[in-house]
Amino acid sequence: MTALAEALRAAWRDPRGRTGAILLALIAGIALIGPALLPDPALQVDPVGAANLPPGPGHWLGSDALSRDVLSRVVSGARVSLAVSLVAVLLSVTLGAMVGLVSGYLGGAVDAGLMRLVDAALAIPRLFLLLLVLAAAERLALPVLILVIGTTGWFGTARLVRAEVLRLREEAYVRAAEALGAERRRVIFRHLLPNTLGPLLVAATLGIGDVILLEAGLSFLGLGVQPPTPSWGGMILDAKPVLVAAPWAGIFPGLAIVVTVLSANLFGDALRDAVDPRGA
Amino acid sequence: MARWLVRRLAQSAITFGVVVLLLFVLMRLAPGDPLSRLQDGRPMSPEEIAWTRKLYQVDRPMGEQLVSFLTGVGRGDLGNSIAYGLPVTTIIRNRLPATLLLGGTVLLLNFTLGLWLGVRQAVRRGSREDRWLTTLSLAGYAIPSFWLGLVLAWAVGVKLRWLPPGGMTNPLLSADAGPAALALDVAAHLILPALTLSAVTIAGTMRYQRSAMLEVLRLPYIVTARAKGARESAVTWRHAWRNALFPVVTLFGLWLPLLVTGSVFVETVFVWPGLGSLAAGAVGARDYPLLMGTSLLAAGLVIAATLLTDVAYSLLDPRVRYS
Amino acid sequence: MSRVLDVENLRISFPSPNGGRFFAVDGLGFTLDRGETLALVGESGCGKSLTSLALLRLVPPPGRIESGSAIRLDGTDVLALEGEALRRIRGRRIGMIFQDPMTSLNPVFTVGNQIAEGIRAHFPVSRAEARDRSLRLLQEVGMPDPAARLDAYPHQLSGGMRQRVMIAIALAAEPEILVADEPTTALDVTVQAQILEVLDRLRDSHGMAVLLITHDLGIVAGRADRVAVMYAGQIVEEAPTARLFAQPSHPYTQGLFASVPRITGPVRRLNPIGGSVPPATAWPAGCRFRPRCPKAFARSETMPPLLPVGPGHRMRCWLAEEPGSP
Repeated sequence: MTALAEALRAAWRDPRGRTGAILLALIAGIALIGPALLPDPALQVDPVGAANLPPGPGHWLGSDALSRDVLSRVVSGARVSLAVSLVAVLLSVTLGAMVGLVSGYLGGAVDAGLMRLVDAALAIPRLFLLLLVLAAAERLALPVLILVIGTTGWFGTARLVRAEVLRLREEAYVRAAEALGAERRRVIFRHLLPNTLGPLLVAATLGIGDVILLEAGLSFLGLGVQPPTPSWGGMILDAKPVLVAAPWAGIFPGLAIVVTVLSANLFGDALRDAVDPRGA
Repeated sequence: MARWLVRRLAQSAITFGVVVLLLFVLMRLAPGDPLSRLQDGRPMSPEEIAWTRKLYQVDRPMGEQLVSFLTGVGRGDLGNSIAYGLPVTTIIRNRLPATLLLGGTVLLLNFTLGLWLGVRQAVRRGSREDRWLTTLSLAGYAIPSFWLGLVLAWAVGVKLRWLPPGGMTNPLLSADAGPAALALDVAAHLILPALTLSAVTIAGTMRYQRSAMLEVLRLPYIVTARAKGARESAVTWRHAWRNALFPVVTLFGLWLPLLVTGSVFVETVFVWPGLGSLAAGAVGARDYPLLMGTSLLAAGLVIAATLLTDVAYSLLDPRVRYS
Repeated sequence: MSRVLDVENLRISFPSPNGGRFFAVDGLGFTLDRGETLALVGESGCGKSLTSLALLRLVPPPGRIESGSAIRLDGTDVLALEGEALRRIRGRRIGMIFQDPMTSLNPVFTVGNQIAEGIRAHFPVSRAEARDRSLRLLQEVGMPDPAARLDAYPHQLSGGMRQRVMIAIALAAEPEILVADEPTTALDVTVQAQILEVLDRLRDSHGMAVLLITHDLGIVAGRADRVAVMYAGQIVEEAPTARLFAQPSHPYTQGLFASVPRITGPVRRLNPIGGSVPPATAWPAGCRFRPRCPKAFARSETMPPLLPVGPGHRMRCWLAEEPGSP
């Protein structure tokens, strides 16, 4: 556990990591409090009234085709994007860790079978997998969408954790624990899991950026977060037909994505260097 | 070596088999009767209904469905597309060239410019150039490809009118305008999507190469090379880069499938008639056979690319000799 | 005898963890005459490897050679050379053998290829000619079955064979000076003797000056003309070999000799030098050996210069001026 705390501290000391962490905290803060401070965009819907206004007083980021304040929508979208990515990544990392731990430690037929499955799943590009699932069940409710995204993202983590376990299994203290007769579950949770937390956290942090981009893309295709729930990808989709008239409605949500993913990656990078300092 | 190759091929075949099974199960897991869903808001002709009935063989037991699916795949028959009414293989074959063109261009850019920049960064580590390029590449990672595409299409294609904002060819260009004009037309249409896709992907290549080079540059044999009096360029490229290739070979292997799967988002935004936009469109139409076909193709490519990577490793690194 | 290498006040600095820089090599000076063998002896951490790297300007950044240092190769100021001029002395005027041949050879090129590279970097010969010369070099270094080994990869050779390759590479451009940095440390004892024999033979046949860097006093005897003992970034004693072995004067040198187990004579307790080498970031003030020195006294609080002890024999210790020493 202390190794993890040390890694986090080192990541904080790194100027990139600190920038990323601060930005993320800011975005999370805005996502939490923002919607309470800003007018609810859902109430503003009016195809004519104040549509497609350029940025200015009253609409600092402009308004979209349905007269909704872009700033308010971007802020609301932050909530959704962050929530989706955090929960989905948590799900992926947990599943991946479990499978990786079990597979790596038990070895034998269980390991072989699980890894065959993982290999096959990894061979199919994640986006295609999602497209397949989403074709079968369009218009998913948000929790189900999160579930689907989460369950398609654990394969790489499983591989990673398994590799770590295989390496750690040979370490002296694990052998000692086994020699003392510790039962398998104890070895896994007490000795192996804590030492994989570092790489897991790195995978998770970097995964957040990936999922945000993925969800945005799906929403852009109309397959992800469904209206009226605001999402950055969905906003860009809505802005497409009127891009010439109101480019701001499409540009700002995109910028929001860039800043958020960048922050997550900055922090994840710094964390990765702290956990495994090579080629910094 | 031959024995290892055979074993490896067998492994790949098994993995592919599992992929087929996985896809099959995934489709069967779709809740409800697939046919009833298909009828949702889409009037279907009696022919279509008959086709899909045959495709899904819903009245046959699961085992039989699986077997006929597997044999179909073995024969190269991926069924017929629901939306297009044509064999999936035909449709894929038609859309393939466009994707190859886009993917190939992006791959080329990445593995020439990307690698070169990565090496430069490593050799000039810590310099202002290095730091700028790192920041730029981190930013590049974070940009959604569809958004960048949209912005570029709007800015360059619509506002500035320098390049066409979409499509692969100009429909108004007559067919007998000569091969040069036609090629130029396609090239003009290729620029924006290729630029978009390259921008968001080059970051990864640069970072991989930089990191690999940095690891190699600190090794003792680099000092030996300099102590011999070798030129700095020889030290960088002959000694260091040759050894820093390995992670890049892996990366290339991961990317090869991109050649054919294209990018779903970029192709959609630029209306580029490739496999990516095909897949995106197939979702709305619930064209399961088409989706399955493209997924199968993608997976097959990934597996093949991984195998090629392993072979490349054994050729590049004399320490690796499989038995 | 002409002077071929002249090092004066060499200082190599590194950035300190808390800002500023510290000196891993602090005011080192020695000379080398044509055909002479000088042994640079010291424990790990005293800066001897850095010294050898400095001769070829290969000190790894963020280390750097401080101004005020001078390295003169046959009159040429090595520290003033740049680019092509610098490249031309590497390998051609000074050849270097590194400590660990496994990591010092590029794993993806054949051994012959790497030797030939050393030749073609300095002589305009064809590939075929370079290959021939490489073969002859392998024969010279006593490689068993040299023709076959020419196309072998480093990982296919044993440690002793790899070190022979390193020697061949160092000799490829026929340098006047050979720097051997711990040439036998990474090898098995039986192989060490063979490699040393190769070095001796080649030194004589090529008439090279040799800078032999080692922590092992045993390989110095009978091989080096002069010895310089290093401690904490400085030379603390230098003398012709016979004199040093007969009359080690600096307390550190005496400690080194006392801590070597002897096969002949009565079995005695080993006398290690108490304490440990101070880190370069925190050299003690005054004489750097003072904290560990059994003969430390009041004057030791000031840094002693190199003082004469006998003909060609100097040491960095105030005891040289004390009556009745050492």
